[in-house]
Amino acid sequence: MRDFYGTSLPNGFMLGTAQYPSPAILADAFKRSGASVATVSLRRESGQDRAGQDFWELIRELNVHILPNTAGCHSAREAVTTAYMAREVFDTKWIKLEVIGEEDTLQPDVFGLVEAARILSEDGFQVFPYTTEDLVVADRLLNVGCEVLMPWGAPIGSGLGLNNVFGLRAMRAHFPDVPLVIDAGLGVPSQAAQAMELGYDAVLLNTAVAKAGDPAAMAEAFAKAIEAGTLATIADPMEQRDMAEPSTPVIGKAFLS
Amino acid sequence: MKLQLNGTAVETKASTLAALLDDEGFGGAKVATAVNSEFVPEGMRGCHTLYDGDRVEVLAPMQGG
Repeated sequence: MRDFYGTSLPNGFMLGTAQYPSPAILADAFKRSGASVATVSLRRESGQDRAGQDFWELIRELNVHILPNTAGCHSAREAVTTAYMAREVFDTKWIKLEVIGEEDTLQPDVFGLVEAARILSEDGFQVFPYTTEDLVVADRLLNVGCEVLMPWGAPIGSGLGLNNVFGLRAMRAHFPDVPLVIDAGLGVPSQAAQAMELGYDAVLLNTAVAKAGDPAAMAEAFAKAIEAGTLATIADPMEQRDMAEPSTPVIGKAFLS
Repeated sequence: MKLQLNGTAVETKASTLAALLDDEGFGGAKVATAVNSEFVPEGMRGCHTLYDGDRVEVLAPMQGG
């Protein structure tokens, strides 16, 4: 697996921390997932209940890499300010940069994304941009300092899987040395395996695990799919072909008709 | 003076951001702050003077995808 800004991860599983039925189930899901990265966010804190402090203790105990996001930001300026706040709170240069451009699909505003990525990269952030499979945008992101790309599989929370396999395969082929992560849209483990079989370095998902009937079991299922897909890629899959080719040798076949 | 703290109107006698956080129960908490949409680093809170009508945001770690 390719490094992420010099950090080598033990597997390609990045797991979100939102929407779990309880903190205990979240922790259990992480244990069974073996995920190496947890995504987190920032929200308004109350001086009375200080809910964020308990959550922070829970996350620290997971002992995984922390990837803060700028979820919910709709402009480069908003995302940049959020990134600065996240860097201070989580004490990491990593930032999952989201600049949302459209409400129904939560599609990234790629123009704002490139601008925010430029500002943050120049200031020392290590940006993980949530983007589309557009190769031109990807090139712009790399040019402004990104060393990782995170194209969407499908709209956030949709569970539709890999909507544009052609585009994602093209992205992998076009940027053979860049760490690539499928971020968002996965619903079931087979889609994660498919992503890894395309040669992607990791998948980032949340809803598919958190909203499963048994989140911890689903987390383990995704872990096995990611492992299978990774191993399959290393094993170098066969070439596809349109017509059949008998696998059993025809030489020596008896004449019985 | 009157401020907006996380979108809620508050009346305060705190003259700095650090004092406001102490008064509002954030003492020792792991939070990040912004005033009028500008990030204020932790080390600057003590000398960041507040003015009537300021919009103060206090954010903490939260679940995210």
